[in-house]
Amino acid sequence: MHELAVCQSILAQAAAIAAANKADRVQRITLRIGRLAGVEPDLLRAAFPLVAHGTCCEAAILCIETVAVEVECRLCGTTKDVAPNRLLCGSCGTWRVTLRGGDEMRLESLEFAPVSAKEFSHV
Amino acid sequence: MCDVCGCPNLTGHVHVAGAILHAESGKQIEVMQAMLHDNDRQAAHNRAHFDAAGVLVVNLMSSPGAGKTSLLEVTIRALRGRLAIAVIEGDLETENDARRIRAAGANAVQITTGSACHLDATMVHAALHTLALRELDILFIENVGNLVCPAGFDLGQHKNVVLLSVTEGDDKPEKYPVMFRAADLLGITKTDLTEAVGDFQTLRALRHFRHLANPAPMFELCARNGGGMAAWIGWLIGERDRVRPARSMHAHD
Repeated sequence: MHELAVCQSILAQAAAIAAANKADRVQRITLRIGRLAGVEPDLLRAAFPLVAHGTCCEAAILCIETVAVEVECRLCGTTKDVAPNRLLCGSCGTWRVTLRGGDEMRLESLEFAPVSAKEFSHV
Repeated sequence: MCDVCGCPNLTGHVHVAGAILHAESGKQIEVMQAMLHDNDRQAAHNRAHFDAAGVLVVNLMSSPGAGKTSLLEVTIRALRGRLAIAVIEGDLETENDARRIRAAGANAVQITTGSACHLDATMVHAALHTLALRELDILFIENVGNLVCPAGFDLGQHKNVVLLSVTEGDDKPEKYPVMFRAADLLGITKTDLTEAVGDFQTLRALRHFRHLANPAPMFELCARNGGGMAAWIGWLIGERDRVRPARSMHAHD
């Protein structure tokens, strides 16, 4: 379950970026994960509260954009979405293709809570 | 729907004295950074060490019991007196593999990972400083036996070698595409058992492997009878020669 380690890495980055921006609470974390990245979004969501507990990201919403696996044929130029274990040209069938997307695992953006929200959080 | 303001989002906004602060009112910043940014940075640092020392670093991965340590034992014996080899051993609990490597005649540094399912660049960095890198030709990193987790963590290696033993079945590349896509060489091991296993077809394994758009070479290897070892040793020497010219005068700490 390396998603725990991945989660720890994300939260360490989020905490450092929040501190650099003088924000004390992160309210949204947006990730972009390809289907060929080797990270399972559901496992990441399960790990998130365990790792975020007691941190500036505790109340953050985790938004995960999943990305399809897309290959471009080096022989005929066809571009197509494919299954993660069949990186073949949709037109001529060759495996001589270039991956155009689907292996990314990126922290896209962070959204910090407005300061006033904390002061009036009892309302 | 939120009961207070009728907004379709239950979360992501707060009500402040009658006003609504939507999530959008928070400050949003683009990060666009790898999720394993810190590991990637550490791995790049490790790679700089390896390049400066001119040592080829091979990350050896497979499921448990595919024959990583056995392959290393015969490799060390075959290259004794020709190339200086050391091994960083990742193991959950024991030092068994490190003992076997030392008995074969190479230096072994043990990383006991406890319950961790993979090695990361920080663990490798701690281990590499216990080795005289400049005196080495090849450093193997024997990863934790696991076809899932180790694939995602760059260690600073030059090449990934993934082993698949005939007893595991020829459809493993189809089941574990992330791992097999990362391979710079696929080694089919325990080929002396092919007949006993009965239904393992090397060409079928290769087809599944190519379906990952991976052009890497596939070698059939048998640590027990020496099958395929000449090609494997030849590949290692070729890769070592490619890394060697990178040897520079300014290694850093």
